[in-house]
Amino acid sequence: MTVRSKSRARRTLPLHVVLIAVGAVMAVPLLYAVLSGFKSTDQLSGNPVGLPDPWVVSNYTDILGSGSFWRLVGNSTLIAVATTVVVVAVSALAAFSFARFAFRGRELLFTLFTMGLMFPFAVAALPLFLLLRSLGLLDNPLGVILPQAAFGLPMTIIILRGFFREIPGELEEAATLDGCGPFGFFWRVLLPMARPALGTVSVLAVVTSWNNFFLPLLVFTDSTWWTIPIGVQQFQGQYSADTARVFAYLVLAMVPALAFYSVAERQLVGGLAAGATKG
Amino acid sequence: MTSTFLPDERTGPDVDRPPPSATAARGRGRRRAYHWLTAVGFQLPALVLFVVLVLLPILFALYAAFFRWGGFGMPSDYIGTENFTRAFDDPVLLGDLWRCLVLVVLSVALQLPFALATAVLLNQRMRGRAVYRMLFFAPYVLSEAITGVLFSMIFAPGDGLADQILGGVGLDGLGGEWFADPSMVMATLFLVMTWKYFGFHMMLYLAGLQSIPKELTEAALIDGANAWQRFRSVTLPLLAPTLRISVFLSVIGAIQLFDLVWVVTQGGPDHHSETMAVTMFQFGFKRYQVGYASAISVVMFGISLVFALAYQRFVLRRDLEGATTTMRGGGK
Repeated sequence: MTVRSKSRARRTLPLHVVLIAVGAVMAVPLLYAVLSGFKSTDQLSGNPVGLPDPWVVSNYTDILGSGSFWRLVGNSTLIAVATTVVVVAVSALAAFSFARFAFRGRELLFTLFTMGLMFPFAVAALPLFLLLRSLGLLDNPLGVILPQAAFGLPMTIIILRGFFREIPGELEEAATLDGCGPFGFFWRVLLPMARPALGTVSVLAVVTSWNNFFLPLLVFTDSTWWTIPIGVQQFQGQYSADTARVFAYLVLAMVPALAFYSVAERQLVGGLAAGATKG
Repeated sequence: MTSTFLPDERTGPDVDRPPPSATAARGRGRRRAYHWLTAVGFQLPALVLFVVLVLLPILFALYAAFFRWGGFGMPSDYIGTENFTRAFDDPVLLGDLWRCLVLVVLSVALQLPFALATAVLLNQRMRGRAVYRMLFFAPYVLSEAITGVLFSMIFAPGDGLADQILGGVGLDGLGGEWFADPSMVMATLFLVMTWKYFGFHMMLYLAGLQSIPKELTEAALIDGANAWQRFRSVTLPLLAPTLRISVFLSVIGAIQLFDLVWVVTQGGPDHHSETMAVTMFQFGFKRYQVGYASAISVVMFGISLVFALAYQRFVLRRDLEGATTTMRGGGK
């Protein structure tokens, strides 16, 4: 180690102490849940903070072996993917029109969509529920997919519009000369070029849908279509005496989101930053 | 950047040209109409989805709030503003407003400065930076419902991790009933919210910090400014737009807080952690007083609207001006 890097290490030492302390506060609840899942509930009350002794895997394996957990995973996945497809497709069309056309009423329409950013979902929850009930969409995945897509529109349109505007006008002229109509340009030129932006908004949509709790709680009255967050809440109510099992369930419920995050961190962070600054 | 699909209406009035013949004008008019239809056609799916599932429900809540209504059939028992006078006489709803304010003040006074401090620390070149960043942001991707269940078990009185740790270091006195204690429940909820959300604000600040040119802080360094002065006079003002957005998101989050509270306490003990959204849910979905619950929705809507407009008018205006000038100048 050179003198210089040694002095830098000394300088950043207090920094690391602070960051490790914060990191511990962030990580300990998660580690505690993982370890508690490997204990029996008796062990947990006698030895709440130590390592499991012996390691009990049955909490985890029982849940993984039960069809009900996989059903939740399947439901959450289907709803997240469908929501993402709808919101990204519909927003891309609208964002294309906002970015590349000048037309009467454009600014008014855009303001209308951006206003959607300011309003909490909770404001519309009750009448939305009544609407879905009258349309017969309760206990139907579309009853969650379509409203989620609708509430995702403002953010998705804003991010995509920003991206579409940056694509040079010369490309559009060239495509028009080659006989491309507006839709041909959109489909064959713009969308392939916008792949990174589409990735970003898709990741945002997947995470938002995956974590949604309020809407599935309203729409799904029976367990057929329950998603993971609802399942976790129900499981805690059902097994409140078997604490170790609830911890195992929690951990397994977190795994998909954390795994997805570790793969798509860049898109997620980039999307949130873009959404916040461009909104 | 102009579009080739349509002459830009803002820049293309035919002022200097000779008056066109009638047929040419008709042809251009028809082409204009065609282009307008194309442009709006692309908007149509989004517009339908947005109007039907976002705007109409909000407007309907506005209407239903003036009726005594159980939620079946159409509302018919018109009672004027009675639901609203009732809401503003209701100690629970007034308490919701107070608790919302408390959360906003706590976030702005504690959570956001903490996020800013971590962002500044992590903005330096150091080993393990990516790991810290990833770890601090990770809770943001967890569902609020799952986070709620996790912390209801961590803060379980006596057996939970929190009490065990405090007992282990001899601070038993600090532990207690946590979510079950009326005087502690909001503080505990705020701790959980900070755990979950400070990483998100930190990420925004990091993105903002990275867009500040290094030359500026270096110039201040040469001018003899110490670390605090450089932060106070260079970094902070340049980060102001990001800070304003982050405060905005924090307030909107506090107004609509539901999942976490519902999973952990359902608003209890005795309404001490109830939020507007929880009150609305209780009346609308548990007690079938849908007219009154709509009035609570409208109150939330009104608060968001007034806040958003005021914030835009007085706080964000400068940022937007900046954004539009760059947009015109730089094409971004």
